[in-house]
Amino acid sequence: MSNSLTCDVVVVGAGMVGAASALYAARAGLSAVLVDRGPVAGGTTGAGEGNLLVSDKEPGPELDLALLSGRLWADLAAEPGVAGSVEYEAKGGLVVAAGPEGLTALEGFAAAQRSAGVEAESVAAGQLHDLEPYVARGLAGGVLYPQDAQVMPTLAAARLVRLARTAGASLRTGWTVTEVLRTASGAVRGVRTPYGDIHAPAVVNAAGTWGGELAALAGVSLPVLPRRGFVLVTEPLPRRVRHKVYAADYVADVASDSAALQTSPVVEGTAAGPVLIGASRERVGFDRSFSLPVTRELAAGATRLFPFLAEVRAMRAYLGFRPYLPDHLPAVGPDPRVPGLFHACGHEGAGIGLATGTGHLIAQVLTDRTPDLDLAPFRPDRFPDPSPEEGS
Amino acid sequence: MTDDRRGTVEPRGTTDRPGLAVIGAGPAGLAAALAAAARGVQVTLVDAAPEAGGQFYRRPAAGLGARHPRALHHQWRTWERLRDGLAAHIEAGRVTHLTDHHVWCVERESGVLVVHALLGPEQEEPVVVRADAVVLATGGYEKVLPFPGWTLPGVVTAGGAQAMLKGGLVLPGRTAVVAGTGPLLMPVAVGLAAAGAKVAALVESADPRAFVRHARVLAAHPGKVAEGALYAAGLARHRIGVHVRHAVVEAHGTDRLEAVTVAALDTDGRVRDGSEWRVPCDSLAVGHGMLPHTDLAETLGCRLDGVNVAVDDEQRTDVPGVWAAGETTGIGGAVLSLAEGRIAGLSVAARLDSRAPEPSSYARPANTRAGLREFFAAVDNVCTPPAGWAERIGDDTLVCRCEEVPASAVREAVDELGAGDVRTVKLLTRAGMGWCQGRMCGPAVAGLAGCPTTPSRRPFARPVPLGVLAREPGESP
Repeated sequence: MSNSLTCDVVVVGAGMVGAASALYAARAGLSAVLVDRGPVAGGTTGAGEGNLLVSDKEPGPELDLALLSGRLWADLAAEPGVAGSVEYEAKGGLVVAAGPEGLTALEGFAAAQRSAGVEAESVAAGQLHDLEPYVARGLAGGVLYPQDAQVMPTLAAARLVRLARTAGASLRTGWTVTEVLRTASGAVRGVRTPYGDIHAPAVVNAAGTWGGELAALAGVSLPVLPRRGFVLVTEPLPRRVRHKVYAADYVADVASDSAALQTSPVVEGTAAGPVLIGASRERVGFDRSFSLPVTRELAAGATRLFPFLAEVRAMRAYLGFRPYLPDHLPAVGPDPRVPGLFHACGHEGAGIGLATGTGHLIAQVLTDRTPDLDLAPFRPDRFPDPSPEEGS
Repeated sequence: MTDDRRGTVEPRGTTDRPGLAVIGAGPAGLAAALAAAARGVQVTLVDAAPEAGGQFYRRPAAGLGARHPRALHHQWRTWERLRDGLAAHIEAGRVTHLTDHHVWCVERESGVLVVHALLGPEQEEPVVVRADAVVLATGGYEKVLPFPGWTLPGVVTAGGAQAMLKGGLVLPGRTAVVAGTGPLLMPVAVGLAAAGAKVAALVESADPRAFVRHARVLAAHPGKVAEGALYAAGLARHRIGVHVRHAVVEAHGTDRLEAVTVAALDTDGRVRDGSEWRVPCDSLAVGHGMLPHTDLAETLGCRLDGVNVAVDDEQRTDVPGVWAAGETTGIGGAVLSLAEGRIAGLSVAARLDSRAPEPSSYARPANTRAGLREFFAAVDNVCTPPAGWAERIGDDTLVCRCEEVPASAVREAVDELGAGDVRTVKLLTRAGMGWCQGRMCGPAVAGLAGCPTTPSRRPFARPVPLGVLAREPGESP
C-alpha cells in the first residue's frame, strides 16, 4: 500500500501513557498520530486497577512525577464530563500496619514523604474504623493519604484518546509498527506499518511492556521486562471499602528486586460496585497461564484485611504484565542515542497514575520547552548496553 | 446428606486403582464414567444437577409423576441403559456420584488433578476431589443473538423452552413461535405442540437448499436424515407453518410478549423490504445454535481450537491427565457425545494402566464420531446467523442483560473509543462483566464489533466465595 501520512509526532502504543502523550502533544499544537497494533488499552492498561498513588512512593524522582501527575489528573477531571466518564475518584489511600514494628516503619516512611510534599495523616488504631468501618479489628494503626485517587484505566485511556482526537490527533488501531524509519544520519523520520509509512521527525515509544522491542527497532537497547500480576474482581457490592486500603508491606514488595512470587493485600471498592483485590508480583516472562495458588494468596490477604470479604464471591480474575526497568524508574524523555526518538515507558505498576505527568513532560520536550521536572533520572540510556556475549 | 460427601474425596478409595474424576453427568460424562468403571477404574462423577442425565436426558422431577416424553423414545432406551449401568457401578462401589456439586476450577498440582467444587444449592461449602485423570464433559450452552424486544417476558431460549418441557412439564405460553437457526428448533416446535401449545410458526433463517452443497455428507447419514424427517412429519401433523430463509426481526409487547414481526430474507441474508408480517403469540422460543463450555479446560491450559477444546484421537487434551468429551470439544448432540465419552473412558482406563488403548477397542465409537463430526460441520456451515443481523439490533436494545448495556454503548466503544474486540468492549462498557460473565452477550458483542466470537478467559467457571478461595485444599475453615 502506498498510503503515507505526515505529522509532527508518532506515538506508538494506545495505552494510558500513549493516550496522555498524544493528548498533551496535540494540545501543545503538534499534529500527532497514535498507533497501536491492537485496540486502545489492549495491553497493561486494560489489565490494571487504575491507581493514581503517591502513598507507595518514597521521596525521589518517581514521587515527584507522581505528584505532578496527580495535579494534572485533577485538572483533567475538572474538565466538563471527564471525571464521570473515566470514573475518577479522589478517595484517598489508607495504609495499615498489623503490629507496632510495622507501624513505626510506616510512620517513618510517611514522615519522609511529608517533607517531599505528600499529604500523610497518621491514623490511630482507634480511628481506623471511622475511616473504614469493615477493616479488620486489632490493627496497630495506619496512615491516610488523601492525594491517592483512582480511575477506571481502560475508560481513562479511551477517553483521553478521544480528547486527543478532539485536539487534532488521529488514532490508528490494528497498525503494527514494523520498522522505525531513520535518515542517513540516524535521526528518526517516521515508522513503517503494513498500512503504509507515517512520516514524522519524532517518535514516542509508549509501547509499555513491549517498549524494549520498539527501542530495538530504532536500534537502541532499553531493558523493559514484564512482571506479572493478578487482580481478583468480586461481585458488585454496596460501598463497603471506601479508600484504597493496603498493608504496609506492599511498599516493600513494589520496590523489591526479587523474581519470586510476592503478594500483599491491596483492596479497593470501585464506582461500578465490584471490589478489586491485588497485588501479586512475579517475574515469569509473558506467561499467561492462570495460577490458582496466586489468587488463593490474594484472597487470603484480602480476607485478613477485610473479614467480611470471606462471604463475598470472586467473579473473575485477570492478569497483566507490568513493564519494569531494572531500577524501577520509567524511561521518559529524548534518547540521546537516536535523535527524534523519545521514550515514555517502563512505568511498572504505576503507569496509569504517572501517565499524565509523563505525557506532559514529553509534550514539553517535543516543543523544545524546559520540562517541569529534571529528566536525568529517567534517561533511557542510563543502563549499560548488553555485552555482545549476552546476545541481544 | 451423608458426611462422606463432604471434604476430600479420594477416587482411589480403598483400592489401589488410579482414580478418574468425570465432570458432568450428561451423555458424554456418563459414557466416560461407565466405560472406565467397567475396566476397573475407580471413578468419581461430579455434576451440578440433582440427578444424572445432563441437559439432554433432563426429566421431570419424580414428584410430578410424568410419563416418558414420547418424542424422544428411541433415545430414552439409551438413557435407561446408562442409568442402570450407573446404578450398578455405584452399587458395586466403582463409581461415586456427587450430585449438586458445582465445579469452579480444576488445577493440576504435581501431576494430580484437583477438582474444586461448591456444594449446592447455596454453593458456599467447598469440596475437593483429587484424581489422576479428569474427563471434562461440561457440555454447551445456547447462543442467542439479540433483536429489538428480545428482553420482553415471554421470550425464552429454544433450549430453555425444551428444559421447561422436559423438566417441569410446563409450557412457556399458549401460542408459541419458534425462531432462529439450527437443529434444535424442530424438536422444540414439535415438543411444544405435542405438549398442547399452538405453534404459530417455525422461523428458520438458514436456507435448507444450502445442504445440497453437503449432499454427500447427508447421504452418508441416513439416520440423521430420518430423524429430520421424523420431526418434519411431526411439524406437519401439528400443522406448524415452517418459514425458511425468514427471521423474527422484532418482538412486540408492553409488559410481556404480544406478537413478533417475521420477515423474509434475501439470498444475502438481508431483510426483504415489505416482506414483514406480524404473528400474534405469547411466547417466543429463540436460539442460534450452541457454544461449548470451555472455562475449566482453558484455566487448565488446554489448547483450544476455535471455540472448542482441542483433543486427539483418544479425546486427550494437550494437558497430561486431562481428557475432554462431548459438546465441550464441539457441538454435535447426544449420540456424538456418547461416542466421545466412551472413547475417553476407554483411553483413561488404558492410560492409567500405562498402556495405549487398542485402536480396535474403540473402532465403533470412533467411526460414529467421525461421521457425526462431519455431519455437524455441515450443519454448522448451513445454520449460521443471517448476514446483517448485527445491524438490525436497535441502538436501545439491551445487548448485555446482566449489566444492562444497550447496543448504542457497544457501537460507541467500537466507533468512537477505539475498541475492536470483545475484551476491550467489555472493559469500556461493562458488557459481559455481570453474573453470566459474557456467556449470553459474547456472540452479540462480537457481531457488533465485527470480530469473530472467541472464548473469554474465565478462570472461575462460577463465582466462588473469597473465603473458600483463600483456603488451601483440604484445609478446614
